[in-house]
Amino acid sequence: MDLPAHSPSRSVLGLGLRLVVRMYRMHPLAASVAVFGAFLTAIGIVGSTVVIGWVTDNVVLPSFEPGSTIGLTDALWGVVAVACVAVIRSAGSVMRRYYAGMTTQQVERSLRERLGRYYLQLPMDFHQRSMAGRLIAHADNDTMMATHVLDPVPFTLGTFFLLIFAAISLITIDLTIAVIALLIFPAMYTLNRIYTVRIEAPTAAVQAGVGRVSSLAHESFDGALVVKTLGRAEAESERFNASSARLRNDRIHVGNLRAVFESSLDALPSLGIAAVVLIGAYRIDAGAMSGGDLVQVVSLFTLLAFPMRVLGFFLEMVPRSVVSHRRLQTVWNERLPEVRTAPSSERPRSSRASTLEVRNVSYTYPAVSRLDDDEDAEAGPRLIQTQAPQEILKDVSFSVAPGQVVAIVGGTAAGKSTLCSLIAGLTRPSAGLVALDGSDVIELPADTRADHVSLVFQESFLFADTIAENIAFGTPDRTRLDAAMAIAAADGFVSELPRGVETVVGERGVTLSGGQRQRIALARALYRQPGLIILDDATSAVDPVVEKRILDALRNQLDTTAVIVAQRLSTIELADSVVFLRKGTVAGAGQHGDLLQLPAYRSLVEAYEEAST
Amino acid sequence: MTVVDPGVDPDLDPEDGVASNPYDPDESEGAISVIRRGIAASPELKRGVWLTAAMGISVALGQLAVPVLVQRTIDQGGLSDSGDVDIPAVTRLVVVVVAVVLFAAVANWRTQRRLLQRAEETLYRLRTDAFAKVHRLSVADHNDTRKGILLARVTSDVEALAQFVQWGFFIWVTSPVLILGMLAVLAVYSWPLAVVVAVCFMPALPLFRWVQRRQLQANDAHRTAVGTMLSSFSEAVTGAAVIRAYGVQTRQAEHLQRSIDLRYRTKLRANRYMALVFVIADLFAAIAFSGVLVLGVMFRDQLGIEAGELVASLFIVLLIAGPIAQLSEVLDSTQGAVSAWRKVLHLIDSPVDVADPVPGLVTPAGPVAIEVEDLSFSYRVGPRVLDGVSISIPSGTNVAIVGETGSGKTTFAKLLCRLADPQEGSIRLNGVEIREMSGTSRLDTVRMVPQDGFLFDASIGDNIRFGRPGATDDDIAHAVDLLELGWWVERLPDGLLTEAGERGSNLSVGERQLVALIRAALADPGLLILDEATSAVDPETDAALTGAIQRLSAGRTVVSIAHRLATAEASDCVVVFDAGRIAQMGPHHELVQEPGIYQRLHQAWIGATR
Repeated sequence: MDLPAHSPSRSVLGLGLRLVVRMYRMHPLAASVAVFGAFLTAIGIVGSTVVIGWVTDNVVLPSFEPGSTIGLTDALWGVVAVACVAVIRSAGSVMRRYYAGMTTQQVERSLRERLGRYYLQLPMDFHQRSMAGRLIAHADNDTMMATHVLDPVPFTLGTFFLLIFAAISLITIDLTIAVIALLIFPAMYTLNRIYTVRIEAPTAAVQAGVGRVSSLAHESFDGALVVKTLGRAEAESERFNASSARLRNDRIHVGNLRAVFESSLDALPSLGIAAVVLIGAYRIDAGAMSGGDLVQVVSLFTLLAFPMRVLGFFLEMVPRSVVSHRRLQTVWNERLPEVRTAPSSERPRSSRASTLEVRNVSYTYPAVSRLDDDEDAEAGPRLIQTQAPQEILKDVSFSVAPGQVVAIVGGTAAGKSTLCSLIAGLTRPSAGLVALDGSDVIELPADTRADHVSLVFQESFLFADTIAENIAFGTPDRTRLDAAMAIAAADGFVSELPRGVETVVGERGVTLSGGQRQRIALARALYRQPGLIILDDATSAVDPVVEKRILDALRNQLDTTAVIVAQRLSTIELADSVVFLRKGTVAGAGQHGDLLQLPAYRSLVEAYEEAST
Repeated sequence: MTVVDPGVDPDLDPEDGVASNPYDPDESEGAISVIRRGIAASPELKRGVWLTAAMGISVALGQLAVPVLVQRTIDQGGLSDSGDVDIPAVTRLVVVVVAVVLFAAVANWRTQRRLLQRAEETLYRLRTDAFAKVHRLSVADHNDTRKGILLARVTSDVEALAQFVQWGFFIWVTSPVLILGMLAVLAVYSWPLAVVVAVCFMPALPLFRWVQRRQLQANDAHRTAVGTMLSSFSEAVTGAAVIRAYGVQTRQAEHLQRSIDLRYRTKLRANRYMALVFVIADLFAAIAFSGVLVLGVMFRDQLGIEAGELVASLFIVLLIAGPIAQLSEVLDSTQGAVSAWRKVLHLIDSPVDVADPVPGLVTPAGPVAIEVEDLSFSYRVGPRVLDGVSISIPSGTNVAIVGETGSGKTTFAKLLCRLADPQEGSIRLNGVEIREMSGTSRLDTVRMVPQDGFLFDASIGDNIRFGRPGATDDDIAHAVDLLELGWWVERLPDGLLTEAGERGSNLSVGERQLVALIRAALADPGLLILDEATSAVDPETDAALTGAIQRLSAGRTVVSIAHRLATAEASDCVVVFDAGRIAQMGPHHELVQEPGIYQRLHQAWIGATR
């Protein structure tokens, strides 16, 4: 069949069909029931037209003939036939609808489970180079769109059954009528196809317009205070009105297209019926068919109009689902690390401070890329590189003796956070080695690594769970929990919360300030009593007075080695020694007093001093 | 930089559950009342009534042509009396029907097109009115929680209505006309049969309502489950580093699994009711079909019905299930649309707290003297934030306001530039009551540099120009020079043409504040209100900011909300706020000697830095 120029090409349709088959194979049981339901529905629909034809010929028309003997019994036979057909049709329809939905949902669930597994198990650099928003969209809209194509599949298959049954029943009635009918169905299909293809680009424009309007509103409301202080409310309204007007015009364009096609699609079966009636009259006159046959054909036309539309929905969904599935594929193209089943080389937790050795470590940050928004089904999603690979650390070496506190000092983009991540074994160095008590930190088993080395991040992340759970992850040891919170100076404000450590973070308006969140994140690290603790500017939002108390406690009450990224002079002065990072290399190491000889170091420290007054 | 009070400003905490606010309309308002108010707000709709009726009728006409054709063919074409078929009669009938169908199709097309246009115009007006209203609301209404709600009004709520216009609305227009039209044709053939059909479908109504209610509940549960699942995924993504650092992958995997399963189960439950709707209509159609068949055949003479009429009646019964099922399917989205409409209308109708007088008074240029008398203020809900504040600030003074979080200092500054009006008391700028000043004069006189250096997604030059529309490039260059920031502008990749990015994301926090300062310099206000940033700024930018603020302050009255010791030290006068009142006031060197709040704050500052 000739399709308009930009209909999904054969290859996309092929991909879509393969996608459907692959998804159906994931959950064959529900899918089979749904298809069987569609089969029953098709039988029911054709059956009901046969019944109305039969009733016309054998009950209604004869009963009006003079001297007719048609009575209650015959009418009741009609009722029985109608009831049977209705039950088959309804049962089929419920089975099809419910199980088609179930298939889609089962596939969605499987896809999400798989995504979740990848998100949790892929190494950290995967998250560094992917935008969080994109990954969430994969689990939300993309998964939904990828499976959307499955929804109309049983009905579409049902339509094929229906066409076959309809053709059979037409041919048994009368060949001439059958030929006419078989010309009209393709015409309906083609009209449908043209409609779905023509409407695709304008619909996409509307979708884009909705996004544009909402991000404009978002931006404008975000800046409400600035808009007000500048008296720009009217200018903002103008901007918004222009964007809304474009959306309105796009919508009206879609509406015009729809009005044309909807009214044609409504009229076509009626015109077909008129043709059938005319030809039918000739055939009846010639004695080739009965009045009941004609009624049957007419009702078949009426009932077939909707299934023809569903076929259109299916074809419309194919390219979108293929594109969405490809987006998910970008995640699955990553290689999952092998999960070690047996705890290999499990070391007893060192109850004492660890030795840290950083040997010739280099690290290159992977390229960052995002998905191109203007993608088409055939080319598949394109990843656009937004940031080239960057060498962050170059040949960094230093060592820390047990129990020592080392401050890492450096300007913006010196590589401080990357260094922390490498020391904690979260990131594999491009070259070199980080050794904790003599063995490679990256080889520590993932689930117990935090017992040896704990990293507290600049941005404190809390789970939507109780404070106790956020610190201990699992049943807490009360003594250790209390001790950790005391050192982190979290005991005070937590005890004032409605339910103490059992308070759920973020629930019922329990919002914690930045400093409070940091203290809980700190307690999380301390709870594990690791041999090495790393604070990546982890007390920046804590009141300086409290910060000093925390660091003093860290020093005096715990037997632990500490690496602290310092932004305040008071923190630097607290450390035993300082590592000065500059553009990814160690520009100096030693005592703070000695390093002051370096001009670059001195000016940075002076700037810190200046900034804090 | 020393941060004395980090965290959220409780001045702007969300306040819930008040009747007369623009967020939570009265849910008990009935659908009819909403529609009446909606039509009042959008006069376009009134003119659409006839169009709507015309469209419903044209659709019904097209669809009813078929059963009538069947009836006529049987009764007049001679099919019923097994004699010869009257071919000319059938041909005439077919020609008439084709004409009717074509006419109906064209009418349908035209009316649908016009109607959609009307609906879109209405939506456009609703959306833009709501948007304009949001910017006229007092600043007390803009905080993080509220922002989300206000955003929903102009986006998702209007979209819910738009979706309804595209589908539900047409079904509401066509289905009732179709159902009534079919019943009318039945009644023409035989009114008792029409009554029988209507009676047979009656029991379906309560059943539909029951399914509907269950479905709404199921949908609610599903929406909640989707939210839970997405936050679970969001934890897995945004917490990726912590999850790996603490090896809690297994724990998170269990969380995810639970939320994915819950979403799956709730979705299936919602689907169950969806699957039932069409079937109910179908089964009742079978009952009505049987009733018509039995009665029609048994009592054909009493009913005075002909063969073709009975067949056509059976046909109609088969067709009538369609619009009934469709109508019951859109009930759900109708409820959503009415509630969305109610919310948007409520926003548009809510009163504006801060309205500018027209024409209003004008203050002369130059440094501003401030007279504040007995000022009290509270947000919609909650205690008084300011309680009887009186102060007079001579022109050209540099005042630093300090106080703990929640002391009312930020609110005080906002009232000074009339971002909200006080419940009691007055503010006079150069002797003119601020509420009587014209909007333009106020904007020229008072300029606030807010803490969040929000920039629009435009070039930096344009962002500066927003400070005074119509300013020339020379004016901007002059403002830059005044603050001695030429070196900074030169360092930008494209100078003033550099794009600021979304919300100014291409610049650092400190740099965004620099832009805000240049913007203020361009406006050349007599009163400058500075809300100092609490977030950390790198040392270099910090030095630039300090210098720029000093230069900008010269020759103006300046009120700074100070978070840093240096700002307080440099001011002419320090005003200490505590629990909505002025607790202390005086120059820094005097206050430091006095035992009190300021001394305590000062100790903390010193302790933190040394």
